[in-house]
Amino acid sequence: MTDPRPEAQVVLRLENITKRFGKLTANGAISFDLRQGEVIALLGENGAGKTTLMNILFGHYTPDEGHVEVFGMRLPAGNPRAALAAGVGMVHQHFTLADNMTVLENIVLGTRSIWRLGFGRAQARQRIVTLMEDYGLRVDPDAQVGSLSVGERQRVEILKALFREARILILDEPTAVLTPQETDDLFATMRKAVALGLSVIFISHKLHEVMAISSRVVVLRHGKLVAEAKTSETDRAAMAQMMVGSEVAAPVVRRADPGAALVTLAGVSSPDIGSAPGLKNVDLELRAGQITGLAGVSGNGQTALADLIGGLIRPASGTFHVKGDAPRGWSPHAAISAGIARIPEDRHKTGTIADFDLTENAVLELYSRPGFSRHGWMNWRAARDFAAKIIRGYDVRCPGPETRIRLLSGGNMQKLILGRVLETAPSVVLANQPVRGLDIGALTYVHEQLLAARDRGAAVLLISEDLDEVTALSDVIHVISEGRLSPGFARGAMTPAELGVWMAGDGFEEAPHAA
Amino acid sequence: MDILDILLQASFWTAAIRIASPLIFAALGELICERAGVLNLGIEGIMVVGAFAGWLTVYLGGGLWFGVAVAMLSGMAFGLVHGVLTVPFGLSQHVVGLGITLLATSLTYYCYRLALPEVTSPPKIEAFQPLEITILSDIPVIGPALFNQTPLTYLAFVLVVAVTLVLYRTPMGLALRAAGEDPAAVEAQGLSVSAIRICAVMVGSGFMAVGGAFLTMSAFNSFFFEMVNGRGWICIALVVFGSWKPGKTLLGAVLFAAFDALQIRVQQTPLGADIPYQIFLMAPYILSILALVVMSRRAQVPAALMVPFNKGER
Ligand SMILES: Nc1ncnc2c1ncn2[C@@H]1O[C@H](COP(=O)(O)OP(=O)(O)OP(=O)(O)O)[C@@H](O)[C@H]1O
Ligand SMILES: [Mg+2]
Repeated sequence: MTDPRPEAQVVLRLENITKRFGKLTANGAISFDLRQGEVIALLGENGAGKTTLMNILFGHYTPDEGHVEVFGMRLPAGNPRAALAAGVGMVHQHFTLADNMTVLENIVLGTRSIWRLGFGRAQARQRIVTLMEDYGLRVDPDAQVGSLSVGERQRVEILKALFREARILILDEPTAVLTPQETDDLFATMRKAVALGLSVIFISHKLHEVMAISSRVVVLRHGKLVAEAKTSETDRAAMAQMMVGSEVAAPVVRRADPGAALVTLAGVSSPDIGSAPGLKNVDLELRAGQITGLAGVSGNGQTALADLIGGLIRPASGTFHVKGDAPRGWSPHAAISAGIARIPEDRHKTGTIADFDLTENAVLELYSRPGFSRHGWMNWRAARDFAAKIIRGYDVRCPGPETRIRLLSGGNMQKLILGRVLETAPSVVLANQPVRGLDIGALTYVHEQLLAARDRGAAVLLISEDLDEVTALSDVIHVISEGRLSPGFARGAMTPAELGVWMAGDGFEEAPHAA
Repeated sequence: MDILDILLQASFWTAAIRIASPLIFAALGELICERAGVLNLGIEGIMVVGAFAGWLTVYLGGGLWFGVAVAMLSGMAFGLVHGVLTVPFGLSQHVVGLGITLLATSLTYYCYRLALPEVTSPPKIEAFQPLEITILSDIPVIGPALFNQTPLTYLAFVLVVAVTLVLYRTPMGLALRAAGEDPAAVEAQGLSVSAIRICAVMVGSGFMAVGGAFLTMSAFNSFFFEMVNGRGWICIALVVFGSWKPGKTLLGAVLFAAFDALQIRVQQTPLGADIPYQIFLMAPYILSILALVVMSRRAQVPAALMVPFNKGER
């Protein structure tokens, strides 16, 4: 992005913002300006306080100290309505859309006087269509939000802000849930918005995106503003260092020493799950001491494969062996008993229970093991010790094991899940999008831990949309496309471009599967 | 006489619509509360309050419509208590609702004793009279059933249409539904979830009270203990039966009322003589449960029903 003129008008000023949650200072005296036409990337580790700061700016939270000025006017604290009226639009990290209502209804909500009869559907639709054309945001205004993909929902969120003529757009980790293609589309939209005079605050943990889209970076660490720089005058390594406070090095990968096949699929098929394809005649081997990477655009059967190995579904046809046996009555319980540990794709929905505390979440899958319970009675002391051990060993930042997990930042939640998985020394690790939404430090840490598990002799299945991640870690790579699985490619055997061809679904005809 | 004959009688349908009317008011009220995300188990007690308040107003010399207004306002007062306790304070909706029912019922009986210390048999009032709508009431069967009712019954039907329009065609209805689907979305659009929910519970409770007032002012013409007799609980089921849609809920109310009217009549047929009458009393409830099982499979529950919303918490 080109730098905006230095004399460009200040549209937003954060003045000495402080917010405390109990003993924790989530934001400590943060001040910075946003200028017209600028894209500021807000960087920081998980739990650094980015979302909290944006929530204060938007009026969801009331700051303990400090205030926000928009176009020179001071905003009343804790009042989203005032922020909206002043031209602030926010796309939340967790979408705020009502699933059972249509796109149009979600967009119009709150923009009309409550006392008005009729909400001017036709007029609203007209405006939405115009906005969609201006900003390149395609979505059906009459679709139920619940039936939309994540990418589409995000477009609805952006449309919501634009419909209210937002002049300042806040995007809280918009790309964490997008496919690379959708990310490109989002960036195109952001460029159009900036060209039309909007200013943007963009939060992301992916530094290459930050390099591509932002004009300035602002870095938070432990709730404090620690650095500000022009994007053109910095680079990825420097940004990572500013965030973490020390240098971040990618983990060193040693040669793998593969052992026996622990999980074997031969000609396995499974039914489709809604619009997502099931598995089609899949052959796969997960070997001890080896990381098997699964590359592919999400929604191509990854869920079916993860659910199958995790015990949520059973194969419709084909043979499926775990440690040499064909399991009867395959279930999550059977999978856990067989030493298969899972890092689920959606940590909020299937990984944790939001209102349970860390202790309870730590033993969710293990509560029936001897040690945690006896004769049907829980041993809470052991559970608490276990949780405390994970918190210490995996650097989960939280007030303590009694904290409800809902209050943790996404990255810290993921670290707890990781600890829960690895502390049991599993023989198979099922890692589905394990670093989604994680900061660079946490990401590196998760990768190190997966490699360490491999070196201890575990079979690891790594499912990720990020080709760089898959190629960096995996000893064998399979590509999944529309439920079909490519043969395994050894580390370094394929270039990213060649893998990309398979991901687009093109290699499969040339290499017919042994049916 | 055969069941089919009964079903073809105009008087049967007239009775069914009359029995359905209080259920329509109260179920509509419950629907408004639940659509905003609040389960209002105070319904049974609020109906008692409405029945008493409306009746007492008329008994003390107030006009009929004034009585309806007083009933509505007293219902709204209890709605306010319910709303404040469950929304900003986030207390359990079950406990508060049942508490309101107990409080409202006992308070009513207390006031009844205060107002009429000496009476043994409840005094009658001059209640709403059927208002025949000419021409329309000449249509066979449905004519008299629909167009020879008291004004309150007409009001019930008008309200169903009005609530449908408000829910689906106005910004207010949109905000109300959104509060029951995803309060965070409402908050993020600059509206106050608390204000919407409290207002919804108040208006809904007002409707429930009018449903109760129907019993004293349009059906029995006097007030006595136990007169609401579980109708509030039926309305909770009717809302589920109607999958939280006003039109379907109305249908459910009429269906239930028809079963009820039918069982009274069948009891008087030769068939009725051989069967213990308790079976007939049970019949509408059993049929309702069966209908509920069939209908509510696909019902769309408001996603945030009974989920408290605390601003500034994640
Ligand atoms: N409502 C709340 N109550 C208590 N603690 C909170 C609340 N909201 C945030 N926190 C805490 O404040 C800290 C900052 O959280 P925040 O969500 O702002 O981090 P973040 O920088 O957005 O992280 P991530 O990159 O994981 O999204 C965390 O330690 C979090 O647990
Ligand atoms: Mg965040």
